Amino acid sequence: MAEKLLEIKNLKQHFNVGKANEVKAVDGISFDIYKGETLGLVGESGCGKSTTGRSIIRLYDATDGEVLYEGESVHGKKSKKELKKFNRKMQMIFQDPYASLNQRMKVMDIIAEGIDIHGLAKDAKEREQMVFDLLKTVGLNKEHANRYPHEFSGGQRQRLGIARALAVDPDFIIADEPISALDVSIQAQVVNLLKELQEEKGLTYLFIAHDLSMVKYISDRIGVMYFGRMVELAPAEDLYNNPMHPYTQSLLSAIPLPDPNYERNRVRKSYDPASHNYAEGEDVRMREVSPGHFVDCSEREFEALKAGIIKG
Amino acid sequence: MEKILQIKDLELSFNTFGGEVKAIRGVNFDLYKGETLAIVGESGSGKSVTSKSIMRLLPESSAEFKNGEILFGGKDLTKLSDKEMQKIRGKEISMIFQDPMTSLNPTMPIGKQITEPLLKHQKISKPEARKVAIDLLRLVGMPKPELRMKQYPHQFSGGQRQRIVIAISLACNPQILIADEPTTALDVTIQAQILELMKDLQKKIDTSIIFITHDLGVVANVADRVAVMYGGKIVEIGTVDEIFYNPQHPYTWGLLSSMPSLDTDESKLYTIPGTPPDLLDPPKGDAFALRSEYAMKIDMEMDAPFFKISDTHKAATWLLHPDAPQVEPPLSVIERMKKFPGSRYYEGSAN
Repeated sequence: MAEKLLEIKNLKQHFNVGKANEVKAVDGISFDIYKGETLGLVGESGCGKSTTGRSIIRLYDATDGEVLYEGESVHGKKSKKELKKFNRKMQMIFQDPYASLNQRMKVMDIIAEGIDIHGLAKDAKEREQMVFDLLKTVGLNKEHANRYPHEFSGGQRQRLGIARALAVDPDFIIADEPISALDVSIQAQVVNLLKELQEEKGLTYLFIAHDLSMVKYISDRIGVMYFGRMVELAPAEDLYNNPMHPYTQSLLSAIPLPDPNYERNRVRKSYDPASHNYAEGEDVRMREVSPGHFVDCSEREFEALKAGIIKG
Repeated sequence: MEKILQIKDLELSFNTFGGEVKAIRGVNFDLYKGETLAIVGESGSGKSVTSKSIMRLLPESSAEFKNGEILFGGKDLTKLSDKEMQKIRGKEISMIFQDPMTSLNPTMPIGKQITEPLLKHQKISKPEARKVAIDLLRLVGMPKPELRMKQYPHQFSGGQRQRIVIAISLACNPQILIADEPTTALDVTIQAQILELMKDLQKKIDTSIIFITHDLGVVANVADRVAVMYGGKIVEIGTVDEIFYNPQHPYTWGLLSSMPSLDTDESKLYTIPGTPPDLLDPPKGDAFALRSEYAMKIDMEMDAPFFKISDTHKAATWLLHPDAPQVEPPLSVIERMKKFPGSRYYEGSAN
């Protein structure tokens, strides 16, 4: 197996701790991200997928658990210098290309902000050249550098967001629903761009989305989240062809496909968490049912799933 | 079948500082009783403007009907006064908006919001209206409707709010329901529930639905007929099978190819090159020609008329002209056409 880039161990992110309205947004999830892969994270809104991404990049301080980046913990006490080092390696692309770019800054300064903070350019000329190169990389041109965000369309803005993330030459990018706000035809353009960049620069992605067909298209492996827990993690093909957790099955059965014949015969499954009938204190955790395919289940379910594979 | 709404040669422009934006440039379609017509297209193609012009929800200060008529119940909706329009809006034609977070009034209990159209359009008392509202909430699958009546929108989830919006839109048993991206802001599981609900309700009350979306999966799920819009015009219209399995317009080909299906393995997604046309200065000829690899010389000169493929299916592309060269559609489209009896790639019969 490839080298681990990130290890997430029992990560918990609770809000309003100790108050009546305590929210366990992420409740103990563990997974690894390998170098050069794209890990997709799916689930319905409120399941904690965005919070997971934000905790990994330390936009929130984790309640419990560890995030190790190349063996080093991301959370915990850090000097400014140490933090800067992490920030250069990890970048984020946000969902809303309208809200995530400062309207009062020119494109040049938006993209160069990271370059300035990390002191990556020797002089103004080099800085300018770097921004021009980045614009070219994402399919815009250098005339765009002197414009303001409002002069761009949604797809173009998302390209700016990508250029900004690339400015500090990161290894790992968290893309939080980068295409949800875009039109279908524009979505394809942005996804193609992300894929090209990955091949060129050997980037690793955590791709968070609720559009499952796009996620399957871009991801090597996919994790499914439900109410703050990861319920299934498997290679993309495997997850679609052989979903094991009932929630994953329900999620997959809900995706409408552009095929009227299929739609007429579609049977939607619904998921009821009570259907597991877990006994009090039963040990429910991620177990590897087949190589690389993890399912959140009890010992009893685990045996049943394994038996199912041998039979099937 | 009975035609309930007819749109004829509709042209509408916005007067802006930059000049006249020709948002709708000659749209024609009929809506039949009890059917679901889906309108698809990119943003800026005019699909939302078309629906809002039926409801007359566009700002009168800038939007101007240039030509054509919208016939409903023997009346031309483009000519009605505001007062007359108010009698139709919410009663005979109602609308579900995209964002359930912003289309409800946050300062008003939802019971009051559901009874509002009832009290306005029907001569019933408040207690009666309350009873109808509770029934409506039950109809859209809201548990404990009596208790829920007093609650405010923020006490509901996104899916529940969309159910409330649907309840409001159905309050007066409208003949036409316009749904403008009703599920775009929702999760797939909730989306599936809402779509099933809408289909169910349609069977029960026999409403006609105009469904606007850019999600072709949703279209395949709900639509009886599909109209594809591009650059302020309908470029292809047909039954859902005709559009998905026997598309004829290069733009429809592009749309269908740019969506990954769950079983594709292509290394690169197809993208439609270029950007939608600038409707401040619409291109001469076929608006899609500049982005189309199938464009011919005539596309740059003259806009294509509709060519009939079947009684229900027509497309505006010169490729269908008898003198046009035979072209190969993209591979993924040929795959689709193999499933359609009557297309030249059909694999089912002997030929």
